[in-house]
Amino acid sequence: MTTALTPSMLLQRERELIRRGVDRCPLPQFLMWTAPWFALLVFGCYAAWLCLSQGLFHTNMDNQYAFGLWIFLDLAVIALGAGAFFTGFLLYVARKQEMKAVINSAVVIGLVCYSGAVAVLMVDVGQPLRAWFTFWHPNVHSMLTEVTFCITAYLTVLLIEYLPVALKNRKLCRVTRYAVFEYELHRLMVVFALLGAFLSFFHQGSLGGLYGVLRGRPFAFREGFGIWPSTFFLFIVSAAAVGPSFIALTTWITEKLSGHRLVEGRVYDTLARISGKILLVYVALKAADTLVWMNATAPARGFAARGFYETQPFGTWILLAEIGVFGLLPGWLLVSRRARASRAVLLCGAALACAGVALNRFVMTIQTLALPTLPFERPAQYWPSWQEAGTFLAVIAFGVLVYSFSFRYLTLFPQERELAFGGEKE
Amino acid sequence: MIRKNAEGKHARYGMLIDLDRCDGCGACMVACAVENNIPPGRPGANARTGLNWIKVHRIETGGRPAFLPIMCQQCEDETPCVEVCPQNAVELDPATGVVGQIPQRCLGCRYCVTACPYHARVFNWGDPEWPAGMEKTLNPLVSPRMRGVVEKCNFCHGRWHAAREKAAADGSTGNGPVNYVPACVEACPAGAMAFGDLNDPDSALTRAVAAGEAFRLLDLLQTGPKTFYKTAFAAVRKGVAGERDA
Repeated sequence: MTTALTPSMLLQRERELIRRGVDRCPLPQFLMWTAPWFALLVFGCYAAWLCLSQGLFHTNMDNQYAFGLWIFLDLAVIALGAGAFFTGFLLYVARKQEMKAVINSAVVIGLVCYSGAVAVLMVDVGQPLRAWFTFWHPNVHSMLTEVTFCITAYLTVLLIEYLPVALKNRKLCRVTRYAVFEYELHRLMVVFALLGAFLSFFHQGSLGGLYGVLRGRPFAFREGFGIWPSTFFLFIVSAAAVGPSFIALTTWITEKLSGHRLVEGRVYDTLARISGKILLVYVALKAADTLVWMNATAPARGFAARGFYETQPFGTWILLAEIGVFGLLPGWLLVSRRARASRAVLLCGAALACAGVALNRFVMTIQTLALPTLPFERPAQYWPSWQEAGTFLAVIAFGVLVYSFSFRYLTLFPQERELAFGGEKE
Repeated sequence: MIRKNAEGKHARYGMLIDLDRCDGCGACMVACAVENNIPPGRPGANARTGLNWIKVHRIETGGRPAFLPIMCQQCEDETPCVEVCPQNAVELDPATGVVGQIPQRCLGCRYCVTACPYHARVFNWGDPEWPAGMEKTLNPLVSPRMRGVVEKCNFCHGRWHAAREKAAADGSTGNGPVNYVPACVEACPAGAMAFGDLNDPDSALTRAVAAGEAFRLLDLLQTGPKTFYKTAFAAVRKGVAGERDA
C-alpha cells in the first residue's frame, strides 16, 4: 500500500536533499526564483530550435559578418569560466589552500560556461551533426581543430570534476557505492585538475589564435612565436587574470542573494591579488603587442593602424578603454592592498576586469568583422536578431539555473556551515 | 578520380579580368549561377546573404566608374581558407591550383568565410529552393549544396571534370592540364575575362602577367591569388587595389 505524497511530505523530502547544517530558503521561494529563468530558457530553446530546424537565416549574420553575438558569447564565457581551471591550478599546483573555499563553485561555473558555450556553438554551426567530422578529418593546421579537441576534452574533465561535487549531496552520499566512488574520484582530482589546467591553457590560447592567424583580416592578424600568434598568449594571460575575479564576483553575488556569508575575507583578498597581478602583466603584454602591430605588422600588409579606428563607433576610445579603464585601473585596484581592503572597491575592480575581457573578445570578434579589407568597401553593420538574442539569453538562464540548483543541493562553499551557521569546520 | 600529387605536368589555372572592358552587365553572375546550380536568393536576401559566387562591384574612381567582378581569387600562398578549416573541407588541389570546397564535409562553422579577405565565400543560410519547374534546368555535372554549408567559385569544376573525361576518351593519360573555360569567361559579352594555365609560358594569361600589366587584389596580404586584374587607368587601379597595392 502506497502513501499519497502530501505537499508537506514533499517539502520534507526536499529539505533532506539540502546539506546538513546549512539553511536554504523554502522550496516555493526557490521555485519563484527559478521560474523566470526557466521561462527564459524555454524561450531561448525555441529560438535555437528555429535556427536548427529551418536554418541560420533566422540570424542577422551574413557572408561578411559570418560570426556574431554567439561567437562573442562563446569567447567571453569561456574566458570568464577560466576561473575553474585557474583555481584548480592555484590549489593543486601553487598550493594556495584558501582556494579550497571556492574550488567547488569554480568547477560549477566552469561547467556552465563551457557547456553553455558548446551548446551555442552547436546552434551556430550550419551542420551540427557533422561536429564529429573534426575528429575524423582533422586539419592539424587549424586553430579551430585545437579549440575543438581541447574544449571537448576539457568539458569531459569538468564533468568528471563535477561528479564528486554532485555525489557529495546529502542524499546521494548515503548510497555506499556512490560514497566510495566519490572518495576514489576525489583522490584522483589532482590529476584532473592538472589535466584541466593543461587543456585550458591550450584552448584559451587557441581561441586567441583563431583570430591571430587570420592573415586576411589585418586588424586581427598578429605575428607570433612558432606556430602561435601573439593573441594565443594574450588570451591565456587575460583568461587567467579574470578567472579569479569572476569567481570573486559570483561568490559575492551568491552571498548577497542567499544572505549567508560563504567564504572568509582572505579568500576574496587572495583572488583579487592574484587577478590584479596577472592583469597588470596582461596589460603590459597587450600594450607591447599593440605597439608592434601598429608599427610593424599592419603596415607591412598595407594597412595603417589609424585606419582601423576611423570606423565609428570603433574609435580609439575602445583601445584606450580596453587598456586603461578595463586594464590598468582594475589591475591597480586589485593589486593595491589599501584599495582592495574595501570590499566594494575590490568587487568594482573585479567587475571592471571581467568587463574588460568581454570587451576584448567583443573587439576581436565584432570589430574585426566590421572593418573593411578591400579599399572600396564600406564598414559592415550587424545587429543580432531576436533568435540570436534569445539563444544568448538561454545560455545565461541555463547557467543561473545549474548554479542555483547546485548551490541549493550541493556543497559549493565548504566554509559556509562554519561561517554562516556556526557549525563545525569541514 | 583526381590523383593528387601525381607526377607529371600540373596546371595552375588563373584568370585575368580587364576592368576597362567590364561594363558591369552581370552576365558572368548569371552564367555562374546557371552553371553551378546556385538557387535564387531567399525572399529578403541581399548582396551579403545571397549565394552569388561572383559579385560585380561598382566602384567610383573619381569621374569614371569601374566595375569589378570578384570571385574566389584562388590563393595559393598560405591560402587563408585552407589553413583554417577544422575538418579539411577546403583543399588546394595541386593538380589544378584550384581551391576546392567539399560541401559534404563542411561543418558550416564559417571560419573560412571570416578568413577570406575578398568575401568570396558564401554560406547557405537556408535550404536551397528553386521555383517549380526550374529544377529541370539544373546542371547534372554539379551537385547542389545543402543548407548550412559554405560554397564558392571553383573555376567551374564540373566543366573541368567534363574536359578531363573528354581528354581521357581522346586517349590522354595523366593529370595534365585540359583546355576548358569557366562559364563566366564564356558568357562575358565584352571579352573582359581571360582564363588559362599560369604554368603554360605561351598562354596569353601568363604573358600578360609576366608583362607586368596585371595586378592582384590585396597583394600585400601575401595570399598569392591567381586571379589578376588589369586597367590602363591609374585612378581605377588605385580605387580597386588601394594606395599601397597599386
